[in-house]
Amino acid sequence: MSAPLIHLESISRRYQMGGETIHALREVSLRINRGEYVAIMGPSGSGKSTLMNLIGCLDTPTSGRYFLNGTDVSHMDDNRLAEVRNREIGFVFQTFNLLPRSSALHNVELPLIYAGLSAEQRRGIALQAIRDVGLEDRMHHKPNELSGGQRQRVAVARALVNKPSILLADEPTGNLDSKTGEEIMALFENLSRRGNTIILVTHEEDIARHARRILRIRDGLIASDESREPLHETAG
Amino acid sequence: MRLLAEFLEGLRIALAAIRANTLRSALTTLGIVIGVVTVTLMATAIQGLNRAFMESVSSIGADVLYVQRRDWIIRSHEEWMKMRMRRPFDLTQADTIMARVDFAQAMAPGDDHRASVEYEDKSAGDVRVFGTTAEFARVANLVLNEGRFLTTAESSGGRPVCVIGASVATNLFEARSALGERLRLNGKGYEVVGVLDKVGSPLGGPSLDNQVIIPLPNFILDFDRTPDITLQVKVSSLVSLDDAREELRSIVRQVRRVQPSDPDDFSINQQDQIVTMFRKVAGTIAGVGLFITGLSLFVGGIGIMNIMFVSVTERTREIGIRKAIGARRRTILMQFLTEAAALCLLGGLMALAIAWPLTFAMREFIPASLSPLVVGLALAVSALTGIVAGFLPAWRAARLDPVEALRSE
Repeated sequence: MSAPLIHLESISRRYQMGGETIHALREVSLRINRGEYVAIMGPSGSGKSTLMNLIGCLDTPTSGRYFLNGTDVSHMDDNRLAEVRNREIGFVFQTFNLLPRSSALHNVELPLIYAGLSAEQRRGIALQAIRDVGLEDRMHHKPNELSGGQRQRVAVARALVNKPSILLADEPTGNLDSKTGEEIMALFENLSRRGNTIILVTHEEDIARHARRILRIRDGLIASDESREPLHETAG
Repeated sequence: MRLLAEFLEGLRIALAAIRANTLRSALTTLGIVIGVVTVTLMATAIQGLNRAFMESVSSIGADVLYVQRRDWIIRSHEEWMKMRMRRPFDLTQADTIMARVDFAQAMAPGDDHRASVEYEDKSAGDVRVFGTTAEFARVANLVLNEGRFLTTAESSGGRPVCVIGASVATNLFEARSALGERLRLNGKGYEVVGVLDKVGSPLGGPSLDNQVIIPLPNFILDFDRTPDITLQVKVSSLVSLDDAREELRSIVRQVRRVQPSDPDDFSINQQDQIVTMFRKVAGTIAGVGLFITGLSLFVGGIGIMNIMFVSVTERTREIGIRKAIGARRRTILMQFLTEAAALCLLGGLMALAIAWPLTFAMREFIPASLSPLVVGLALAVSALTGIVAGFLPAWRAARLDPVEALRSE
């Protein structure tokens, strides 16, 4: 078996809050292979957000080691983590997190700017990414001129534009109605089938059931880790 | 490449942010506008005063040494008393000195006196009567409006002729030509042979247009039997002024028989002395003036810093998003520095648009004009103010924790 894409080795994360130490994660170990579709579930305060921030290289562990693609990223500084995020991680957030004053196309282009691509290179790649989510006719619109589903598709296009190793989605359907939510989940399903590694953070069973592996987090520990046949529920 | 792309992205965002808060941006920039206007006007005024001064001292001649009894700049009463005790220069001494100097382009002894000049029934009071020789025209680079200067024969023979300044000519002869007319000075008649070009007096000092130049022998005879001569030595361009000065000094010491142990009992003056003194005074005024006007710029800078802190706080989430998708600290820092600098540069441009017409008003009093140097300096100072004022807010933005930033509303 080849090295896993994500390898957490007894990861702990503690916070100081008002003189009190909060153990958000306690010695969590985890392997996720390339191409997996994983859902992370747990109630609020369980540590699932902390786990997501660590996997997404937004945060570093208090102890333990994290190998991403074979590289130890657990003690990297701010700037190197930014480069890793730019190259390896594509984020999709519950609240979309698009830049309000920029067009859809420019939002998609932004990771490429930080990757240091030239203007011509960027234009082509960004256009293709926005076409892949079916929004080429809306690409010059600002986020507030787009529907929730369209915004989330722009966010997916932005997440994928740098061809990251992981698509990390935090409650991606949380701000969408159920029909639009299903459309986004169908898009994820499609991406998964094409070989993308997807990690989905959610507290909704319906959404988690789209994944092929479900991790349940409770009190900073992995309570269960089950692999399952996915629900084949093609949208539309 | 990446730096440029990040800079352009920063600039794009900066302009969008400024546009999104037009009123707020305008009000914030007002401080910078006022600051840059005052600094620009101050710098322009200083330049204008310098130019006016240099114009007014140019008639002294940068390469002319003035050998005379007293210093131009007397710093104390004691010094003045000492100089008063010095022996005057007489014509014999001046002639002996001139015979020994070999580094001069031209030399002319001279002395002056205030007197009134009469022509027919008109008279002009308090005119400078200056007795000198033909060579003075070359020492002072005189330009004649009409006629000619004194000839060597006239100046050594003591013929009753004179050359008059432009304002003497207009006062006594109005529009008519003065050539060939006879003036009366101290009761003696002098024929006008030349009229000088107008030179003016830019700083309001005594005007050289208000003078009558006559041959030195006539001056001694009619005005002062015991003259105190000033010898003007225009130094050849082949010799350094300092060397010439030293050589002249030793010649004068010999001619005036100063004992080797005694200090000089005469002075050698030059334009440089006045310029140096002016520079010192003007430098102090400029320093104080720019400091005071700089304070208003400082206040403007504080306004910018304040609004940049607000901007960073408002856009914490945006910063979080940018960091999540790969913006490094440097990128965020540059973005906010660009925004602050762009804000201040806009202020600087507005300030120049305001200051420019005001410099025309200034021109009523001094020969001032908005120079490219001041324009460039004003813009550079604006941008620099933005960068300095924006640094702290930008630094705070760059150091934001992405997790915290993404969580903010």
